[in-house]
Amino acid sequence: MDSIFVIEQMLNGLGYGFMLFMLAAGLTLVFGIMDTMNLAHGSLFMAGGYVAATVHTQSGSFIAAVLAAIAVTMLVALILEILLVRRLYARDHLAQVMATFGVILISDDLVKYLWGPSPLMAPTPLGLTEPVQILEGLPYPSYRLVILGAGLAIALGLYVLVNHTRVGMLVRAGASNRSMAELMGVRVRGIFTWVFLLGAALAALAGALMGPISAVEIGMGESILIPALVVIVIGGIGSIRGVFIASMLVGLVDISGRAFLPPMLRAVLPPSIAADLGPAITGIAIYALMAGVLAFKPAGLFPARA
Amino acid sequence: MFEHAPVFKRLAVALATLSIASVAHAANPIKVGIAEDLSGPFSASGADMRDGFQLAIDLLGNKLGGYPAEFLQTDMAGNPDQAKQLVDRWVQRDKIDLFTGPTGSNVALAVGPALFAAKVPYLTSNAGPSQYAGAQCNPYFFGATYQNDTAHEAGGKFASTKGFKKTVLIAPNYPAGKDALTGFKRRYTGTVSDEIYTKLGQLDYSAELAQLRSAKPDSLYFFLPGSMGINFIKQFVAAGLSKDITLISSPFSADEDIIPAVGDPMLGMFNAALWAHDLDNAANKTFVSEFRKKYKRYPSIYAAQAYDVIMAMDGAVRDVKGNVADRPALLKALKAANYKSVRGNFKYGNNQFPIQDFYIRVIGKDAQGVITNKMVGKVLENYQDSYHDACKLK
Repeated sequence: MDSIFVIEQMLNGLGYGFMLFMLAAGLTLVFGIMDTMNLAHGSLFMAGGYVAATVHTQSGSFIAAVLAAIAVTMLVALILEILLVRRLYARDHLAQVMATFGVILISDDLVKYLWGPSPLMAPTPLGLTEPVQILEGLPYPSYRLVILGAGLAIALGLYVLVNHTRVGMLVRAGASNRSMAELMGVRVRGIFTWVFLLGAALAALAGALMGPISAVEIGMGESILIPALVVIVIGGIGSIRGVFIASMLVGLVDISGRAFLPPMLRAVLPPSIAADLGPAITGIAIYALMAGVLAFKPAGLFPARA
Repeated sequence: MFEHAPVFKRLAVALATLSIASVAHAANPIKVGIAEDLSGPFSASGADMRDGFQLAIDLLGNKLGGYPAEFLQTDMAGNPDQAKQLVDRWVQRDKIDLFTGPTGSNVALAVGPALFAAKVPYLTSNAGPSQYAGAQCNPYFFGATYQNDTAHEAGGKFASTKGFKKTVLIAPNYPAGKDALTGFKRRYTGTVSDEIYTKLGQLDYSAELAQLRSAKPDSLYFFLPGSMGINFIKQFVAAGLSKDITLISSPFSADEDIIPAVGDPMLGMFNAALWAHDLDNAANKTFVSEFRKKYKRYPSIYAAQAYDVIMAMDGAVRDVKGNVADRPALLKALKAANYKSVRGNFKYGNNQFPIQDFYIRVIGKDAQGVITNKMVGKVLENYQDSYHDACKLK
């Protein structure tokens, strides 16, 4: 296990972490501010992936595809917010989970109706198919570097937006104590609609970026939603900083499980047993991380509500 | 006492109706259940398989052996549980006479027992798990395509003759993946430096590619069917590994279901297969030209296998003169395989798995510049699987 191997795997882990971050950032703000659990966030991720893959194949422009994905998904999110989510604020979490889970089922069937049951193959953008030599002996896929760059830019952008702007201050006020903020004259609901749309845009961006390295398929939202929920719990509900740290942690733990564990297991066990054991341990690892964090910090690493 | 009379009357009517229904059943069309993979991990190949089935059904005019037939086609998403439910419904409610379809060996193993218990012959259109070739072989299972290992034994033999010394193997962790690597190792004389099993349906191979980079093999044998293969090849090339490592594969990751999605990076890739679209025999020429006429593209091995299974059913139903209810006769006719296979040279061994030839194909461009496979030679002749001795069938 040489240093090139370790560096490459770290980059892979961070890439996955940034994807989780984009998805979890919107989720944590929605949950943090309005105390509303939106499971349909994964469906917005899926919508982004499908629109981007379709537009990319039709037009040949990846940038147009990403922009279209964001625009369409925000529109869908706006309709979703007005028709459903807005009515769920006052309800308990069970009602919210049931309703938004229903949205998942409906949107999966809707996608099946519109695009058919087969996964779409999102092409890798032209000019990003070749590797880039980032270190001696380590060519790294250029597209994955773009994902890392985009993730970093989004993280910085959100940091500035939330911590150094007036809107961000209102968002933080809403997350930390909604009724107090409302009493002080902040229109938390109006802000919330924007936060919901921003979350949708980030989910769409993540979906569009994930397409070319994964497949665009029905159910893609659900499979990434669960680690995203783990991320917001570890990070502390409502905290962007917490989500960032937690998604990097989860990304690194996940890649360690997938990359470093199997060679070690194969060294001592037959390959097919090692293959069964490796993913099982990796699957548990992020939950173990979550349990460990919660044992010491019951509200997560950086809870918005002190 | 008299109050119950209407109940008895109704019961009698119901019984009479039932018996009429069962008499009528004999005159009903022959029912074939086709479990398809239109979504799920095998969807890329599943679509091609559907087209192969459909072409055969259309050419036969919705008939088998000249007798009216009904083809029930449903997507079961490569999911063993979903497939099991579907098969239970087909067996109990629709009373199917023949079954085919699933791509995955995990699904084949899940649906087999219910079909065998109901005496429904199952002709596989792809999966050929080692279990059904050996001790668990069954008179109702026909490995009409290939036994999983054999497809990869051909690859192992080819890698050895090409002089590769150090190979890494990669396959999904499910029955066919294990058969694949076992098969490759059986005929490969070089060193296997690492065996990597991935999750079935995995799409991001960054972790495995980094392991590959540090293992530094001269070749890589991969069995990643469908969209797994598409993503793997793309990521393999994007990671800059294609310069130092030669890819060798089975047709399951090197055929028409994958080539259009990957494109140029696949040029020059070798794969060992039981069939090629340029194989020279009359049945194959008809199949390939009809397929190209209907779908405007080359058929993949999946389409060929699906087409072949329907043709095999057609031959057997003709031999029993449409009397599929006579199951012993039907089984005998199926095993005789009295039809023209697109593979040309083909017959069943004692375990109802084929004894057939394997070819080497290489991906290149045809006269019109379309990227496709080209046959370059034969690698194994009259080849039988390694499990047939453990099977009690004669």
